[in-house]
Amino acid sequence: MAGSETRLVAGEGRGVSRREPRSGLAVALWATLKRDLLLLMRRRSEVLNPLVFFALVITLFPIGISPDPQLLATIAPGLLWVAALLAALLSLDSLFRGDYDDGSLEQLLLTPQPLPMLALAKVTVHWLLTGLPLALMAPVLGIMLSLPAGSYLVLAFSLVLGTASLSLIGAIGAALTVGLSRGGVLLSLLVLPLYIPVLIFGAGAVQAGIVGDGAAAHLAILGALLALALMLAPWAIAASLRISING
Amino acid sequence: MTLSLQARKLACERDDRWLFEDLDLDIQAGEIVRIEGPNGSGKTTLLKILSGQLADYQGELYWNGAPMREARQAFLESLLYLGHAPGVKGALTPLENLTWYQALAGQRDNEAARLAALESVGLVGFEDVPAGQLSAGQQRRVALARLELTPRPLWVLDEPFTAIDRDGVAALEERLIVHARAGGCVLVTTHHELRNTDELRRVHLGRGGQSHGGF
Repeated sequence: MAGSETRLVAGEGRGVSRREPRSGLAVALWATLKRDLLLLMRRRSEVLNPLVFFALVITLFPIGISPDPQLLATIAPGLLWVAALLAALLSLDSLFRGDYDDGSLEQLLLTPQPLPMLALAKVTVHWLLTGLPLALMAPVLGIMLSLPAGSYLVLAFSLVLGTASLSLIGAIGAALTVGLSRGGVLLSLLVLPLYIPVLIFGAGAVQAGIVGDGAAAHLAILGALLALALMLAPWAIAASLRISING
Repeated sequence: MTLSLQARKLACERDDRWLFEDLDLDIQAGEIVRIEGPNGSGKTTLLKILSGQLADYQGELYWNGAPMREARQAFLESLLYLGHAPGVKGALTPLENLTWYQALAGQRDNEAARLAALESVGLVGFEDVPAGQLSAGQQRRVALARLELTPRPLWVLDEPFTAIDRDGVAALEERLIVHARAGGCVLVTTHHELRNTDELRRVHLGRGGQSHGGF
């Protein structure tokens, strides 16, 4: 308890020389990334859940419909994309829920660091542990649906771009519904309409990859959607979190 | 150190009921301000308004003379808020929990400071135990370690004594007084009776609360 006086003075000194916020922001962002990664690594079932869901859905389709490779190849692009989209949606509800329940979210909102950037760090972790693994898994599941050989790379790449947009857009919905005790259904209703453009161009890219023409255009639009989401979503997430905490 | 937090004509309505109206507050450096009142009288709401978390109120807030809207960044850099929920992650160890708070405050990674902070709240030997396995009081102590770890002049503490044992309560009370004497400022709600000192000031809420006496 002794020495608090010197500490307070030190604190005041930092207040004066606080014109080095960039490094402070970098430290905070890096720590938030590391903390969230660590948290999710310790609760692996939460990370595995969407991946298992994705694999199960894709496995069941050939059994349920028909093992005919021709038929499967026609529906494969849409099927893979829809399943990946729903898997990503499944994992969204927990994005801010834990932080809200234990009071960390309040603390996040009261830091002098810019909230949009911190929210972006949290979304990045979500994407790294759901979107990216989904994209990497998709080609393997594509084999099961006898997806034509040339389109695997396009599939994975379209999912890498697309799921990043899905994470960003979904985080807005997750932030808006975090204060509600059963916000899961509302979250889906809020977010799904915004997912549709990503789904159209994502599945379109794979379709075009199979035909062998025009995949680049679809991927470019997916990239544009991601750029737009990257620009706008962090601010929308931050505002939504403020609204949720206000309630 | 000069700091002042002023509220002018503060009023807050919840569910068609005024929690408080025309509340004027003047909080200066060197003060411990205890917000009192029965359950449901709006203590937590007032603390949330004063710490800039709620925007749903009438009246004006001033930080060091400047309106809160303009001074928000400077205000947040001076504020340490501990809420009802301790903000401690059960899956992380106390040390890892504090790492995040240290970084959020913009400080460089400094394990010695974190260990010292944990020692000051009596958690030596629990640094690497997942916080979920600690008792409620110990988890609260992890949160309280932030008082030492990230020095800020203004402390806003919502029921900080919850689940803390008798020795811990005495130490924390002493800590609040030391902080106020060093020029800091403490805003606190608690049902624990604080020792009367020169620093202590009371603000009573409660006309709006419906349950007086009885239970």
